[in-house]
Amino acid sequence: MSGPTSEYEIMSRAMQELLEEKGVITAEQVRRRMEQFDEEFPARGSRVIAHAWADPAFRKRLLEDGKAACAEWGLDLEAERLIAVENTPEVHNVIVCTLCSCYPRALLGMPPTWYKSENYRKRVVREPRAVLKEFGTVLPGHVTVRVHDSNADMRYVVVPMRPACTDGWSEEQLAEILTRDTLVGVTLPQARAP
Amino acid sequence: MARFEAGGAVRVKRAFPRGHCRTPYYIRGKQGVIERVCGAFPNPEELAYGFDGEPKRVLYRVRFPQSEVWPDYSGPRQDLIELEIYEHWLEPA
Repeated sequence: MSGPTSEYEIMSRAMQELLEEKGVITAEQVRRRMEQFDEEFPARGSRVIAHAWADPAFRKRLLEDGKAACAEWGLDLEAERLIAVENTPEVHNVIVCTLCSCYPRALLGMPPTWYKSENYRKRVVREPRAVLKEFGTVLPGHVTVRVHDSNADMRYVVVPMRPACTDGWSEEQLAEILTRDTLVGVTLPQARAP
Repeated sequence: MARFEAGGAVRVKRAFPRGHCRTPYYIRGKQGVIERVCGAFPNPEELAYGFDGEPKRVLYRVRFPQSEVWPDYSGPRQDLIELEIYEHWLEPA
């Protein structure tokens, strides 16, 4: 970080110091939490969706109640209520939060910079196909583009279509092509035959 | 008890109250259809100021055709946008 310390940063540090002083949290807990957001959470989304690709019954439960399906699979999404939305040959889903940067953090970690940018937030609701094209995603005219503004209490994850040439792949292999951007809906999983 | 059910036609109120709310400007006054009932949640307009958010408000997913939201929308007519709208922002259409 460079430049002068922002007012929010000072406030957040002061708050942390006070909470530590009063014994509400420890510095170790804060460090562990940041580690989870950086290292543990980002991989969860790919694993869950890979499992949904491999297990149709789980996929069905995930689409019905995202949080409950994750809990059953051993993933605690904490306070997040999750709606999984399914891409089909007729429908493509893409997620945004126009008001701030709501994002399924317990599943995907911290949102990328572009997701929080005004450019993305303003434009993907108004000209989604142009924005998707900038990500290299061009959809045929007969496909319905369904934009989800994550503007209140729910969080969203896209279940992309599984590429045909991935038959017989392990869930670990499937998870590798389920990148963060495919789960937000700005790109499509790319698979080459192994 | 939810006032609206899935499939019901609704219009978002065209209102401009002061203070924090979760209803984006671009959707106010627009007509859509309830996609699902999400359940009741503490009211964010109260939570934002340190109140307890009671009484809880029912939250809906509302689906709008893009062509309704943006009269100059240039994509295909079937394209959709969906948002979460609290019950007190909705009226029957």
